[in-house]
Order: sequence, then structure tokens, then C-alpha cells
Amino acid sequence: MSDTISPPSTHVRMGSSRGQPLTRRDGLLKVTGTATFAADNNPQGLVHAVVAVSAIARGRVASLDVTAAKAHPGVIEVITPANRPPLAIDPDQKTGLFGFRFEALQNDRVRYAKQPIALVVAETLEAATEGARLLSPTYEAEAARMGFDDGERYDPPAIGIGAPTNFVRGDIAAGHAAAVHSIKTDYRTPAQYHNAMEPHAIVAEWDGDRLTIDSPNQAIVMSRGLFAGYFGIPAENVFLRSPFLGGGFGSKAIMPGPYILAILAARMLGRPVKLVLPRDQMYGPVGHRGATEQTLRLAMDADGHLTALEHHATAQTSSFDEFIEPAANASHNLYASPAIETRQQAVRVDIGTPGPMRAPGEASGSAALECAIDEAALACGLDSLEFRLRNYAETDPASGKPFSAKALRECYSRGAERFGWAGRPLAPRQMRDKAGHLVGWGMGSALFPAPMFMAEARATLRADGTALVETAGADMGQGAWTALAQIAADGLGLDIEQVEFRSGASDLPDGGVAGGSGHTATAGSALYNAGTDAIAKLAELASSDPDSPLFGSGNAGVEARGGRLYHREDETRSQSYAEILSRAGVATLEGTGKGGRDPAQAEARAMFSHGAVFAEVKVDPDLGQMRVTRLVGAFAAGRIVNPRLATSQLYGGMIWGLSFALHEEAIHDRRSGRPLNADLAGYHIPVHADIPAMDAILVDEDDPYVNGLGIKGVGEIGITGTVGAIANAIWHATGVRAHRFPIRIEDLIA
Amino acid sequence: MNQFEYLRPASVAEAVAAASEPGAAFLAAGTNLLDLMKLGALRPSRLVDVTRLPELSNVEQLDGGGFRIGALVRNADLAREPAFAAAFPSVAEALLSGASAQLRNAASVGGNLMQHTRCAYFQDPASACNRRDPGTGCDALTGENRSHAVLGWSNACIATHPSDFSVPLVALDAVVEIAGPDGRREMALEDLYPLPDAHRAPESGLRPGEMVVSLRLPPEAASFRAHARYLKLRERTSFAFALVSAAAALRIEDGRILQARLALGAVAARPWRARAAEALLFGAVPSAENFGRAADAALADARPSGDNGFKIELARRVIKRVLLLAADGTPERMPALPASAFNLENGAVAHV
Amino acid sequence: MTLSISLTVNGVRTDVAIDDPRVTLLDLLRERLHLTGTKKGCDRGQCGACTVLVDGRRINSCLALAVSHDGAEVLTIEGLASGDRLHPVQAAFIDNDGFQCGFCTPGQIMSAIGLIAEAETGDDPERIREAMSGNLCRCGAHVGIIEAVLDARNRLAEDERRTA
Ligand SMILES: Cc1cc2nc3c(=O)[nH]c(=O)nc-3n(C[C@H](O)[C@H](O)[C@H](O)COP(=O)(O)OP(=O)(O)OC[C@H]3O[C@@H](n4cnc5c(N)ncnc54)[C@H](O)[C@@H]3O)c2cc1C
Ligand code: SF4
Ligand code: FES
Ligand code: FES
Repeated sequence: MSDTISPPSTHVRMGSSRGQPLTRRDGLLKVTGTATFAADNNPQGLVHAVVAVSAIARGRVASLDVTAAKAHPGVIEVITPANRPPLAIDPDQKTGLFGFRFEALQNDRVRYAKQPIALVVAETLEAATEGARLLSPTYEAEAARMGFDDGERYDPPAIGIGAPTNFVRGDIAAGHAAAVHSIKTDYRTPAQYHNAMEPHAIVAEWDGDRLTIDSPNQAIVMSRGLFAGYFGIPAENVFLRSPFLGGGFGSKAIMPGPYILAILAARMLGRPVKLVLPRDQMYGPVGHRGATEQTLRLAMDADGHLTALEHHATAQTSSFDEFIEPAANASHNLYASPAIETRQQAVRVDIGTPGPMRAPGEASGSAALECAIDEAALACGLDSLEFRLRNYAETDPASGKPFSAKALRECYSRGAERFGWAGRPLAPRQMRDKAGHLVGWGMGSALFPAPMFMAEARATLRADGTALVETAGADMGQGAWTALAQIAADGLGLDIEQVEFRSGASDLPDGGVAGGSGHTATAGSALYNAGTDAIAKLAELASSDPDSPLFGSGNAGVEARGGRLYHREDETRSQSYAEILSRAGVATLEGTGKGGRDPAQAEARAMFSHGAVFAEVKVDPDLGQMRVTRLVGAFAAGRIVNPRLATSQLYGGMIWGLSFALHEEAIHDRRSGRPLNADLAGYHIPVHADIPAMDAILVDEDDPYVNGLGIKGVGEIGITGTVGAIANAIWHATGVRAHRFPIRIEDLIA
Repeated sequence: MNQFEYLRPASVAEAVAAASEPGAAFLAAGTNLLDLMKLGALRPSRLVDVTRLPELSNVEQLDGGGFRIGALVRNADLAREPAFAAAFPSVAEALLSGASAQLRNAASVGGNLMQHTRCAYFQDPASACNRRDPGTGCDALTGENRSHAVLGWSNACIATHPSDFSVPLVALDAVVEIAGPDGRREMALEDLYPLPDAHRAPESGLRPGEMVVSLRLPPEAASFRAHARYLKLRERTSFAFALVSAAAALRIEDGRILQARLALGAVAARPWRARAAEALLFGAVPSAENFGRAADAALADARPSGDNGFKIELARRVIKRVLLLAADGTPERMPALPASAFNLENGAVAHV
Repeated sequence: MTLSISLTVNGVRTDVAIDDPRVTLLDLLRERLHLTGTKKGCDRGQCGACTVLVDGRRINSCLALAVSHDGAEVLTIEGLASGDRLHPVQAAFIDNDGFQCGFCTPGQIMSAIGLIAEAETGDDPERIREAMSGNLCRCGAHVGIIEAVLDARNRLAEDERRTA
């Protein structure tokens, strides 16, 4: 047990650090309240900023009572479109794939409710908050367009982040013609908000034309460039620190307007400014998962093999920018069908622009697909698992390419065994517990791409034989501080205690984006490569030192382990890093590395993580109240760096799936467009009492193609599969198929 | 939050005097008041902090078996008070089904009874709301009203009262003792919650300056202790307001119901006492069939105020179930999930 | 008008001048006393991130007016460890992986300490989950959190049994 403030010593290790369930290296800071999140910074002279937001969803701000706000004791400045200093880039200009248009008081237009319309700065938080309210805006409002039928429906040029809109493979008509069974079904998913526990926050301070920013950020070096761009200064002049994120889930990878306003205010006033979004302001300017309407048509032959799979989705986006939740794409890679067609449309409504939110597209698409698959199994009279096995894709259905690795069959069998799936009655309403609650079992398949982005890292061996490794990665709870350090230690052949890991600041090598479940693989590869680069240089030194036991071994002839280099053929010939460095008179030795995908492998193979989720629910037969009582997931996601952290990630994803199935929904007033539950009491996420007995099985998977380390991601896959598994279990308990999420009591009691 | 004057009176008389000024509000724990002030839905110019007032923090057993509970007693403390919980198990269960452990540790009895509706339009100062700003209209009536009232509403207001605590209390004929500028008086707890009329939706039955000093449970309220339950339907297993709830209390002798008490929560602007249903149950055998009839009687006047017709059927079922649970007997130990449909150990039969 | 109140924060008696009665206990701790371990997740009693112990009881500091708590004893996450010894609940959170991002963690830990003091759950996980439901966790670290609370509760109960 760890009961001292020195790092916990429960690290058990045999050989490499990878694969070990180390406790979190940042644990001590997090349990003592000493991990500094952005809003915890209180520099000298700090002032507080609060954004005033719009109460209408469409129109213009007609007036703001700046005088009243300024009259409030403590209020220092009010920024409105009338006095907002210029920016070097127009916030309405697109700045790249991740660049969304945003509001930074460029004009008086209102495009969604909770849009920033002014910024109030005051000596205290209390004064700034009340100052913002005292602005008492008046508006010229136009009717808000909120529903799928209110807005203009169109074919977007791309969906998600630059993905093609439509997809066809095979002959759909022929597939339908060959069918013996078929189903057509619809599902609706609501607008959902990331709601990271830590609100978006920034502390900004200028020193001449140098800017220091403390703000949680999922893409530190990229964001540094963006911040610099808006203020017309070189990227090197911006120092962005983000050692910890209190959750991000995609919402902290984009640039929110309020940050720009806070930085502007800091420059205007020559004082550090702190701005923390109140929870309700996270329901507008920081992205969300766009609502969807989806239709699936599945056709099957007499044996229950799919002959056609059609998935059409319409997603809501804002009136002024585009992020189209790529829901239909969930049907590309999971089930074998000779014909697959996906189409996406979009509807513009008066809401903040959606953005990537944990498993963008996969979450909402898989929810609908996995329910449809169960409906199809039922139409064929087959067990849900049997149906999925009959439609097992041996090669990627979308591309025809082989999978880099796919252990889904084993996920199915191990998950089913652990859950006790065998003997599940096909018909619904067959099982009860001893209190008389209906019991239902359902399952879903999980799938998530295994992408890699670009990252860089540096590893520096120090005279004492320890090392410093650096990359501007982001730990938002996935455990990067621990998992990345484990990988780095392996690259360097050092114990993890010998490795100092620096991350989370923009003056470090670009760690890339913490998103898409690709951070550990990408930044990890960069760190590993930096380590091996440093070791190669070290070997070089030893090999060319006539007095070294490793003289003449060449750098291929050594192995790095436990802080020593060993001769490959003769283990008795070895030398410690410290000795090699000191003999060479070198104080530090630096290696660099990059992480990224081998384009040849990317071209040749389809790369995904897979999984199977099994759910048990109980439903009160009269009252319709639902509870998930068991969740078992089995996942194959390449090599697991740290099973403890990976399990937590998978649980987290499965809990998001539970939340999607039964809880989350943003409700907007149809007339005003205002969110009515922009908080954590009306917008439900599950509480402890909602979390069932959970089990996540890590299925071994050796993937030699995905990257040198064999690592895929585990951050998002848990959501996929789970939503469907729960919805299917509710059907199995009650016989009622809900066609919307979240499933509500009234859906079950009709 | 607007600026306000903060006063900490030393006596009830001083508090009442201080609160008689227009714009004044009593501050107890503040878990509801401060929340609404942060939203700008309430903007009192003066806060009268009653938390230090002497003698309002006692739970007192009265001669004859009744109880008097000071307005400042914390929700959690009351639920944990053994004698009280034994006498009024459904009240303890309702208390423990409300909010979270942290909030119950802070919240006062008076504040709980006086808490404001959770209607989203009431909480949103940009919306029209007759209850918050008389005469402005009611945006809920044609808005998102899935969880609004199905009983006792008018076109002026369709809000519900959110307190769990008050539901079994109204069923048990609790009384509130009030101090005001004109001295002391008392009223049935039920009357603390006026129903809206055609034009107005008053927030409470108190006159300006009046404060609740204590809550009283009459002696006969304890006679239901063997058959008293609270059932709360909600959209999370815990830490959620009721979609529909109900409190039932029965006196059963020789297999017959001698007396029944029934109240519904989250269906009206007040905890809804179902007297017609109670009358039907007099002398009846406790059976699913009789409970079903009682449920029908309780909802006879219900009508949807919007997109919430399902709540009527749900309320029927909740009544039937809570009566069955009560007939089954008060569990010996507080269920692991107070007032939840998901308790396995309390012998309840889920299917009726 | 400046009001002067006296608080004992983590064992240290402090006189605080409050120039604005609107200051909540949470904002007092974070913005004025710079005890930033206590977090603000919602500012409305809905998430539990701001949980502290006041006079030994867990409450949401975001819905507590500082001036109203004159004379109170406040215990925050910063006051738990003694010297370099972690509080058993803190240690249990590390051992049982009771967090991911760590933002809800101070509140979860303070709430768990309050829960253990209330002594109503025993070792029943269902009761512990119910009693911890005022603390949300968006990362989904619930399994580890409840295991940590159970573990710490059992350890403390064992210690108590041994010293009794
Ligand atoms: C997130 C959240 C969830 C909740 N969930 C539930 C739930 O599930 N069930 C439930 O029942 N409640 C729930 N509540 C409400 C909670 O029970 C109330 O906030 C609490 O009981 C109010 O008590 P208080 O002492 O804090 O009152 P305060 O906030 O101090 O006061 C509330 C109101 O009563 C007035 N008042 C206070 N004392 C008196 C008095 N003695 N005489 C006259 N007027 C007085 C005040 O002026 C104010 O208008 C929830 C609250 C929150 C924040
Ligand atoms: S229902 Fe009542 S509280 Fe809600 S908006 Fe209408 S008048 Fe206001
Ligand atoms: S910040 Fe206090 S409960 Fe959320
Ligand atoms: S650990 Fe991130 S919110 Fe709980």
C-alpha cells in the first residue's frame, strides 16, 4: 500500500515496463489536490473575466447596457463588438481541418444561444459575473430553427474531419433482390455535450509581445500556433501550459472564442486574466455531438447472411460551419455484406457548431447499427451472437483489404463465456429476477479505427545514467504520464524510475493531438524512437572506445537493458550508460524520434480495434424504470501498455455508452433555441448508483503492422457496442424496441 | 449574483422584522436560494441569515407521540434521528431519496419545504414565467413540458413542487408553525403550496416577512409506522428529482385497511393528497385490485398540461405499487436505495 | 461593507475579511485563500467536485455562503495528508485506480471521508454507490472509486477494531 508522499512503490516489473499495471505517476498530485489545473493558477495582479452570452439563437444584439455593468463596483472593462481590438485572423475564417469558425465579438450577429456577446473584466469573480448580467442585452430576434424539419437539408461536401460523404460498394439492388428477410428501421440520437468535469478555462498573461497561457488543451503545439496566429505574433512567443486536463473528450482540441477574448482582455489591461466558463456556457461555444436521424435497411438470405446493408444518416450542424457527425460510416468495416451503401445529409440549425466528441460518428452510428443488427437477427430467427458470427468480416468490407489484426472472434467467445450468454432465450420478456423485475440480455460489437497522427519527442541521457524524455503530450485522464513514460523507459532500456517525463507544455517537441484514440500509439512511438536514437548514439560512443568492453560491437551489436548496454553475443561484455558517457566526456546525449504511420502499411491493410459488449438490464415491468446491472466487454486492441490504465479507459467508454443509451440529451426550447438543461442536474450523466458490475477483458492481439510497438487505442472503443448492447437488452427484457436515445420510461410503459 | 445586504439576526423576532422589507429573503443553507440567485431567477436585495437562530435546531418528541422539528434541522440529521425515523419511516425514506448526501447534510427542513419549482423556464430569467414574474405569461405551457403538472394546474402555471420530503408529510397531515410580523400562526403543510388560479401562481402560502419556525407531526401520524412507504420514479438510480413519486401509509388490522393516507409528488404545484382514494380504501382488503381502484380514483381529475400524458398512467402505477409496498410492511432497515424501484431485499413484489 | 469572519481551515485558524457577501465558501478557498485543490465543476451543487468537510460533515462548498460559515471548521483535500503520510482514503484512490483526469478526485475523496464518518453504508457496495452518488465522474472512473472507498472503509474499520 502506498502511504507516503514519495511516489508509490507498488510498481512490479519484470523486464519491460510495457504491459505492467503500474499505478499512475500523477496519482500523488491528484489525490493531494496539488495537480494544477489551468484555473488553479493565480498569478499576481490577476483579474477575472466573465463572458456574457446570448439568450436568443438567431438575430442580432440591439443593445448592451455597458454603463450599468461598468457602474458595478470592481468592474474594470467591458469588451463588446464596439471596442473589441482587432485580431490578426478573422474568427470567421477557416484555419484548417480542426479550425472552426467562432465568435470573438467580430460583429453583433447571434448564431446560437449561449454565444458570447460581450466580455466583462473585474477585480473579483463576483463583480465580473454580475457585471455580465447587468449588460441586460436587448435583441432583434429571428425565429430559431432547431428541429430536423426546421432547417435546410443538404449534401455536405465532407463529413467528420474531411471524410467522404457517401460510400457505395457492391450492388445494393441485387442485394435486396436476393434477400429472403429484410428490415428497415430508424433511430434518433440527440445533441450531447462533452461536459468534461473541468470547465474550459484559461489564464492568460502578456509580457510585451510574449504570451503565456495556462489552459487545458488536447493539441498543445498545434494550438500554440493558432493562438499566435490570432494575435499576429510568432509561435515561439506563445508559451502554452497544459499539464493536466480535467477531461477533454474532443472539446479541448478546438479553439473556443472565449479564450481569444480573455487573451485580448489581458493585452488591453496589461494584467493576467482568468476566465473559467460556467457550466451553462459549455452548451454553446465549445462544440457538442450533433443530433442525428438514421435509417438502416438490411437484407439477408435464408441463412442469415447479409446481402445488403444501407445506412443513411442526417446530422445537424450549425448555420455557419460544418461538423457532420459521420454516423453512417459505422457500417463500413464491421459486418460482411456484398453490398454496402452509406449516405449522409446535414441540416443547418441555430446551434453552436458540433465537433468531435468521444467516438465521433462511431458512437451514434454504432448505436443504430447494433440495434438494427439485432432486429435483423430476430427477423432471421437467429440468436444475436450467432447472427453476428455468420456475418463476420474476414476482410475489411469497405476496402476489401486484409485487417492488420482482428481478434473479434475471440472477443465474442470470451465475452459471451464470461457473461454467460449461452442459453439466452430468443424471445423477449422471458426472464425475471426474484423481485419480479424483467431481466434482459443484449450485445453489441465494438469497433474503432486505430489511427496514427504525427508526433515528435526527445530523449536525453544524462551523466548519471538517468534520462529526460519530452513531448508535448496531453494527459486528460487516459494516463499519458504513465503509459508514455513506460514506453519511453523501454525505448531507453531504463527502469521507469530512471526516467523523468516532461509533457504538457508547448516548448517541448510536438506531441500531436490527444484524440482519435491515437495518442499513445503516436506519441509513444515518437518517444520510443527518441529513446532508441539516443541509445544508438550511446552505442556508437561505446563501440568506438577502445577501452570499452563493447568496443567494436557496432550499434546493432548491443542491447539496452536496465541502464546498461550488453553485447548481443556475449552478455558478460557490458557497460553502464553513466560510464559510457563519462568516459566519452559527454554530459548529455540527445536522441529524437518521430511517431507516424508507415504509409505502405496504411495502404495495404485496414487497421481497427475490435470488441464485443454484453449487457444485462433490469426493468420494472410496471414503472418502466431501467437499470443496467452487468456489463461485460472483451476488447482486442493490439498490445496493451498498461492493463490497469487500459481497463479504466474501457470502463470509461462503456459508461459513456450506458450514458448514451439511458441518460444524455440536451433539450432546447424550440422557440428560443435556448438549452433548457445546460447543467448537470437536468442533463443527466450516470451517477455511481447507475454503474453496474463491470468487466473488461483484454484479449491479446499481436498486430505487427499497426506500428512498431503494436499499439492501438482504447479510449473510445468502449462506447461503441455498449449503446446497442444496452438497447438490445432493454428490448429483450420488455419486448419494446425504442427508436430513440436516450431510452425513456415513457417508451416502455405505453 | 446581484449585490445584497447580509443580515444575521439574533432572534426570530428580529429575523421576521428584517424580512418584512420588500425584496428580503431568508437564507438557510442556501442550496436552493443561492442556486437561483446565481441564475438570476431570484434577486433578493437583502438576505436574512436564519442559520444562527436559537432553538430552531431541535427534534422534539411531544406528549402524545407527535413531533416538532425545528426549521433549521438538517435534512440528513432528521433522517438519521432514530426515534423520528422509527415513527415516520416514509418521511425518512423520502428525505434520503432527495438530492445527494452533501446537499442533505446542508439543507434545512424549512428550506426543503420552501424550495422553489425546478421548472426550467422559472430558472431562466429570459423566459416568461408567471410564478417568478407575475403577469409575464408561462413559457412552459407551449414549451418543453414533459415533466410538468397533470393535476391542479392552470394556464397560468403548470409547474410542480419538487420536494420529496413534503410528500409523505402532506399524507400524514403535517402542520407548519409560522412566525410573522403579526405573531405566530400555523397552517396545514398542504396549504403552504397554493395551487395556481387562472392568472396567478403564488410561490407560497406565507405572507411577507413570515418564516417557518417548525414542522409538526400530529400523534396519529406515527400510527402508520408499520405500513408506510415512499416510492420515487426518477431517470437516474439516484441524485435525480422525481418524475412521479408517491407516499402511502396504511393502518391495517385483521386484514382490513382501517385508514389509508396517500399523496403524490411531482404531479402538481403541491404534494397532491388523494383523499378520494383514501376513502375508497377504508375498510378494504389490501389487494392489487383495490389498490388499482384507488389509483384510478386518485387520477380521476388528471389531465396533461402538455407533452406529459404518460405521467398520468405512470402515477396510477406508482400509486398501486406504493400501496402494495406499504401493505407489505415497512422494511426493518432503510433500503439500500431509498424509495427506489430497485430494492431487492425489502420483500417487494415488483410485478403487480 | 467588509465583514470579518473567522474560519479554521485545515486546522489553522484564519481571520478573513470578506468585502463582498456574495463570496461562496468555494470561491473563498480557491480565489482568495488560494487553496485550489477543491474544484469547481458546476457551481450549483450538481457535481460534488467542491465537496469539503465543514464541522466534520461533507457539503458542497459552491452553495455555501462564506459569511454564513463564520466560526466553521473546514477541511479540504490539502489538509488530509499528515507530513508525508497520505490519508488512507488518498492511498486507496491510488491503489485502486480511483480516477482518470483527477478533476473530480478531491471531491470524491472528501465525500468518501464524510461517508465513512457517517458510518451508514457498512461494506455494502450498493449502499456505498448510493451514498457517493452526489459526486459525478465524467471520465467513468466509477469502478475504481467505489473499490477505493470500500477498501479504505474496510481498512479504517479494521484499524478501529484493532485499537478498540
Ligand atoms: C442538485 C440538487 C438536487 C436536488 N435534488 C433534490 C431532490 O431530489 N429532492 C428534493 O426534495 N430536493 C432536492 N433538492 C433541493 C434541496 O432539497 C433544497 O435545495 C434544500 O432542501 C433547500 O434547503 P436550504 O436550507 O438549503 O434552503 P435555502 O436554499 O436556504 O432556502 C430555500 C428557500 O426557502 C426559503 N426559506 C428557507 N428557510 C426558510 C424558513 N425557515 N421559512 C421560510 N422560508 C425559508 C428561502 O428564502 C428560499 O427561498 C436538490 C437540490 C440541488 C441543488
Ligand atoms: S410552469 Fe409555472 S414556473 Fe414554469 S414557466 Fe410556467 S409559470 Fe413559470
Ligand atoms: S461545484 Fe459544487 S457541486 Fe459542482
Ligand atoms: S476522474 Fe475525470 S471526472 Fe472523475
